[in-house]
Amino acid sequence: MRKIVVAGYGPAAHRLVEALLERDFDGTITVIGEEPRPAYDRVALTSYLDGVSAEELSYPVPPGVVTRLNSRVTGIDRRARRVTVEGGEPEPYDVLVLATGSRPFVPPVPGAGHAHVYRTIDDLDAIRAAAEGATDGVVVGGGLLGLEAADALRGLGLRTHIVEMSPWLMPRQVDEGGGAVLKGHIEALGLSVHAGSGVQEIVTDGRGKVTGLRTPDGTLVEAQIVVFSAGVRPRDELARECGLAVGERGGVVVDSAMRTSDPHIYAVGECALHDGMVYGLAGPCFTMAEVAAERITGGGAAFGGADLSTKLKLLGVEVAQFGAMEGALDVTYMDPVGGVYKKLFISDDATTLLGGICVGDASPYGTLRSYVGKPLPAPPADLLFAGGGVQLDLPDDAQVCSCNNVSAGAVRAAIHDQGCADVPGVKACTRAGTTCGSCVPMLKQLLEKAGVDTGKGLCEHFAHSRAELFDIVRVRGIRTFSQLIAEHGEGRGCDVCKPAVASILASLHNGHVLEGENAALQDTNDHFLANIQKNGTYSVVPRIPGGEITPGKLIVIGEVARDFGLYTKITGGQRIDLFGARVDQLPEIWRRLVDAGFESGHAYGKALRTVKSCVGSAWCRYGVQDSVGMAIALELRYRGLRSPHKLKSAVSGCARECAEARSKDFGVIATEQGWNLYVGGNGGFKPRHADLLAADLTGEELIRTIDRFLMFYIRTADRLQRTSAWLESLDGGLGYLRSVIMDDSLGICADLDAHMERHVATYADEWRATLEDPDKLGRFVSFVNAPGVPDPSIVFATERDQIKPVVMS
Amino acid sequence: MNWIGICGYDLLLPERGVCALVDGEQVALFRTYDGTVHALGNRDPFSGAYVLSRGIVGTRKGEATVASPLHKQVFSLVTGRCLDEPAVAIPVYRARVRDGAVQVSVSVPPSGARAQDRGLVSVGG
Repeated sequence: MRKIVVAGYGPAAHRLVEALLERDFDGTITVIGEEPRPAYDRVALTSYLDGVSAEELSYPVPPGVVTRLNSRVTGIDRRARRVTVEGGEPEPYDVLVLATGSRPFVPPVPGAGHAHVYRTIDDLDAIRAAAEGATDGVVVGGGLLGLEAADALRGLGLRTHIVEMSPWLMPRQVDEGGGAVLKGHIEALGLSVHAGSGVQEIVTDGRGKVTGLRTPDGTLVEAQIVVFSAGVRPRDELARECGLAVGERGGVVVDSAMRTSDPHIYAVGECALHDGMVYGLAGPCFTMAEVAAERITGGGAAFGGADLSTKLKLLGVEVAQFGAMEGALDVTYMDPVGGVYKKLFISDDATTLLGGICVGDASPYGTLRSYVGKPLPAPPADLLFAGGGVQLDLPDDAQVCSCNNVSAGAVRAAIHDQGCADVPGVKACTRAGTTCGSCVPMLKQLLEKAGVDTGKGLCEHFAHSRAELFDIVRVRGIRTFSQLIAEHGEGRGCDVCKPAVASILASLHNGHVLEGENAALQDTNDHFLANIQKNGTYSVVPRIPGGEITPGKLIVIGEVARDFGLYTKITGGQRIDLFGARVDQLPEIWRRLVDAGFESGHAYGKALRTVKSCVGSAWCRYGVQDSVGMAIALELRYRGLRSPHKLKSAVSGCARECAEARSKDFGVIATEQGWNLYVGGNGGFKPRHADLLAADLTGEELIRTIDRFLMFYIRTADRLQRTSAWLESLDGGLGYLRSVIMDDSLGICADLDAHMERHVATYADEWRATLEDPDKLGRFVSFVNAPGVPDPSIVFATERDQIKPVVMS
Repeated sequence: MNWIGICGYDLLLPERGVCALVDGEQVALFRTYDGTVHALGNRDPFSGAYVLSRGIVGTRKGEATVASPLHKQVFSLVTGRCLDEPAVAIPVYRARVRDGAVQVSVSVPPSGARAQDRGLVSVGG
């Protein structure tokens, strides 16, 4: 069995391992990494300082892969095919892959040892610790990584200075004009830019504490933190020491198969030097990993260099560059007031697009990048003005996703040949859009152009999506299904549209689900306010808010279960489910429960189910907030809220997260300062950890934010779309959600708030209301012509001292 | 023809079903939007559970239907045929309304109807 050893455990190493496993590599894989954690997403590194945890940033270790963390390869014995590992056993290999990455370049100036760098989670921890009590920070380097670091310092509340040697910022991506516009944006945010400058020394006081940075012209920039972010150098020491070919300016020399000068050793990622180039962007590094995996498993893939086009948003400013940065002709659009600069480079005969630069508005990037080296698809002025508005047919070889090197043709193939019918499908099939996400709008366009009906219409009776129907019902004040289908649909509905419309009517008007015509729209669960089971009996779940229950109420549940002979099981949501009730027993069961102070738990509805909690600060020695109290408050606030799908929630009283809040649609985790709110989590078929929406909220802020999150979801989600899928389908994702419900970018927050207030004010327990209404109660019979007769088809056996359904075949 | 009275017509909600026990048979009765009453077997042939009367009534391409509440297979209320799996059908019985009362006849089951799970069902007049 072949054994692969990977030296280094960053994103490129992770992708290599994934790619090997996808190709059914059946040997053993050992990954040796010096950091204390597996590979993590460095593109999103800055989010760590916003509260995203190291675990969330980390890529999961694929099953079967051996990892040696906190370890470093110290030498390569090529003849014995063995690497030595610091403080551990040597590791023999058949194939060795160097994925050692790069290290930040720190210029040898006096005091440099006191400066920070910005590359790993440990670096960020050190910067965060140093920021305590500091007022000013300097970043040396005004390129992509430098601005990223500057954003981080600013996020830590420091006055931030940027020192750049070139005369303007981001010299690799923009020209002087673009640099000037970029500088305007950044200074408007309160950062100071020292371009055309440099570092003479890091100034410290007598005790080695940083007090500032001196530039070559003698200016002192006062600061307590200095971060070097002025480029990286490949880590090629291992290769150098064992005699592999390395480049003059560093980097392990590889051929197009990613093989070094030793055929048993490959190199991928930032440490590799291919055709005189070292690549620092995620996209090319991933491609190298794929090529190496393909070669190791016997394929013939080749790395042919990579497009260095980039589009990014730094400090809130969009910057993009594609193709060449010069040309015989150029066309420039500049709006100094709006802070927009766009430039196209064109061949001397004005027919071929050579490249372009965008600052402040990168909308032309997605389409135009694919046209580099090809005839201009429209007059340059149109392309610059209309930006992304021009709808162009992308050629098949146009690269759509640069992070994962996916072409328009590959996306089309996924749509046509593999039947991908939506963005999540295309993502899963091609990996496009799974790294930085900037190409998702293009994926959507390709789906639309391919004529894929992205499932907008609900069913044969309505050509509208659920979100559209919601707006129609809301704006037109429609109160019945009959009116809606007569005016906006056709036929008489079905099991798809009827419950969906019933849910919309319930969300908007909060009336009883069995009132009038609505009763006929409900599926059997809502119709009998209980959950149907395989033999046609139902189960009953009383609400137990937050999972807190008195012994007296617990005894009532036990007595009811005993008296009606129900199968009893504790649910995952900290409630008790009572199984095996016939429809004619449901009112009797509920009369006992309601009399004892219980109400519907809505286990049968597309509605809030449960808000789980841990025991919290009242009892737990680790708890920092009253998680049970908060869970009860949330459960009582949102009980009965009908939504596109079920809603689950949980509140944990500390970061140990015993309530598993991050697997919920909205989860709350207590902090010393307040509450962190996570949204879009899911267990089930496709598990997803919830994303941090906002941190350290007060109780009041927490509730207002959840109010808006839920109402926005209810208004805009598709039928049966859980919050996780909804969040992934939002253009702009979490950032967009934040802008809508926290910054009120659509101006709808007052409306969302009022809608939730209406829900809370008009909530009534639907089981109590049913028991009080003889008309509704009359429907709870097994046989309309023999009301007292139990259904003879319902038969039970006994298992572990409880009933179990037997279905006659 | 042996007509058996079941219940008042007004007990049937528009576009909803009820179940009746007729000669030991479970019969699902549905009232569609236009007021017609349909009578079919209550047993869902896919699950074996007696639940079809609790399904959602609607239309498919204009034909009146009910969807099983368990796994959502759709049956024609007119022919009993499963529109999602045409090899499967449920029995269809005759139903009528007389003097405000719903009546059903199960005495002359259409051929093969008692076999329930499979086989084409013809509706006699």
